Amino acid sequence: MRLELRARIPVAIALASPFAAVAFTLLACSGLIVWAGAPVGRAYWLLFDNAFGSRFAIGETLTRATPLILTGLSAAVAFRARFYNIGAEGQLYIGALAAVAIGGSTIALPPALLFPLMIAAGMVAGALLLLLPALAKTRLGVDEVVTTLLLNFIALLFVSTMLDGPMKDPTAMGWPQSLPIRSELAFGKLLERSRVHVGLLMAIAIAGALWIVNARTSFGYEMRAVGANARAARFAGISVNAVMLKTALLSGALAGLAGVGEVAGRAEYLTLDMSPGYGYSGIVIAMLAGLSPLGVVLAALFVAGLIVGADSMSRAVGVPTYLADVIVAVSLLSMLVAAMLTRYKVRWS
Amino acid sequence: MTDMLDIVVSAPFWIAVLRIATPLIFGTLGVLLCERAGVLNLGIEGIMVAGAFAGWLAVYNGASLWTGVLVAAGTGAIFGLLHGVLTVELALSQHVTGLGITLFATSLSYYAYRVSFPKVTSPPTVTPFSETHWFDAAPLIGKILGAQTALTLLALIIVPVLAYVLYRTPAGLAIRMVGENPAAAEGQGLSVSGVRIGAIVAGSALMGIAGAFLTLSAFNAFYFNMINGRGWICVALVVFASWRPGKALLGAILFAAFDALQLRLQQSAGATLPYQLYLMIPYVLSILALALVARKAAYPQALMKPYRKGER
Repeated sequence: MRLELRARIPVAIALASPFAAVAFTLLACSGLIVWAGAPVGRAYWLLFDNAFGSRFAIGETLTRATPLILTGLSAAVAFRARFYNIGAEGQLYIGALAAVAIGGSTIALPPALLFPLMIAAGMVAGALLLLLPALAKTRLGVDEVVTTLLLNFIALLFVSTMLDGPMKDPTAMGWPQSLPIRSELAFGKLLERSRVHVGLLMAIAIAGALWIVNARTSFGYEMRAVGANARAARFAGISVNAVMLKTALLSGALAGLAGVGEVAGRAEYLTLDMSPGYGYSGIVIAMLAGLSPLGVVLAALFVAGLIVGADSMSRAVGVPTYLADVIVAVSLLSMLVAAMLTRYKVRWS
Repeated sequence: MTDMLDIVVSAPFWIAVLRIATPLIFGTLGVLLCERAGVLNLGIEGIMVAGAFAGWLAVYNGASLWTGVLVAAGTGAIFGLLHGVLTVELALSQHVTGLGITLFATSLSYYAYRVSFPKVTSPPTVTPFSETHWFDAAPLIGKILGAQTALTLLALIIVPVLAYVLYRTPAGLAIRMVGENPAAAEGQGLSVSGVRIGAIVAGSALMGIAGAFLTLSAFNAFYFNMINGRGWICVALVVFASWRPGKALLGAILFAAFDALQLRLQQSAGATLPYQLYLMIPYVLSILALALVARKAAYPQALMKPYRKGER
């Protein structure tokens, strides 16, 4: 078997391939639903209906999508420059920790100053956490994949230390949780009777801004050049290391902002189970979106819908909620295959 | 200081070290085999989950312990085959595919666990491997080895076997060749994709056994999050070991020694420091080890470079 680059990509194939990938995923996962002893059609219908079928469902899906858009963008930005940041989960928690450190404090500053300070603190914290592996990569040549992965565990243990010690809320009945964000610093609600908050607008605006950065600015061009061929970029006079570090700071800041939004917009205070793996899902979302910032918004809605829908579907027909994770994983793999088969032709010889 | 010395020279300490090292030895050898053939396998974290679950489930359903180990190896091999087809035949990104395999294997295992045991609150248990006590007659070393289960002994045997295969057999030469210079291997009439996929399948089988050690020897049940980053640590250990089986064994034991020491200090030092700081040590050490060797790391030349016939 060999792969041949297509000279021209037929429009029909380019359009059909994502749908083929989704169809394959649903077909493959229906076997799992049958195994759990539930009717396939009803399970999928409940999954969809509970994610998008009512005002409440849409509100929940949008709330979940907010951190996912940001972690998705964090991964998309980094992967575009071939900087494999797998540490968004840790950056998200450190960002949230910095946000409650400011937002839950008794610092006597006007809210108009504290609010931007809280957001900036979260973004800087996330960026600094990723700066370590980025410097290790550019200065010492340490592969960033493993270091960012391992930093997730270190970051979570650090957050746990702080929530057990100096930043613990003494009134929380012994639970490790932080002081709540002061109400005047919380993100405003977008929709009444739902949990959708201003963070969603921020996330979408940032996606738009990144699209412009990618398509229209020299920094966007440099990131793409470094990702496509670092050696060629170096010959073209681009400082590869500087671009790599800037990309890392941006990627870490976006993941940190996701954490700020979760504590200031949704949960009020920080706990150790705040994120069900938003950082890792961000990688999947970025890949599903083909690393396009606007695609990330759509892909985040898809994944958020799966998580929300699977929760209620599980209660109704007794299919474990882990089905959502399986669907996400299978759609990632099949989307990768579909994208490859769009660009290449398979020759059996 | 004398406290620490007392700990390090005691037999129970080294018994614990070997036990902690065992899954790392299997896992590191698995990663090593894949990377020697030129393919990064970040699926390890998920493959260890799947191996831990499948091996345990087989034993829970009445199979013998060794059958459980075989089931775990087979499960690992299947996920390895998937990784191989996607990264070698279709030349997909090895980073992203590996992470995808980890997500897939983990979520599938958790799903299968919940379907098989919808109502249980405390995890069902099996009777795990017992200590062999084969070498009790011998002094110190015999006592330390005798207190291990047969799986740990298997791990210790596989190290020289893998080294022999890699450096002394045609199969090993083929594996190293497709990882260093696939075009030359092709010129010798080897099927690059065949050798690579074979190495990934075998390496992933070892990763499956690494997981099964946890459910069938170290513990007696399957828990969520029980792999807890061990797979990623193996990926770091391979770099530290410069892709050599002997050094991989050394790295795993060194790492396990620090981990065991950390556990003991946590108990003896009492509540002077937050326990989380001790738990960070293994991860911090892995990063330091990587930083230490990164400059002179001799990566297999074709690592992460997909090979297409006739393309340069």
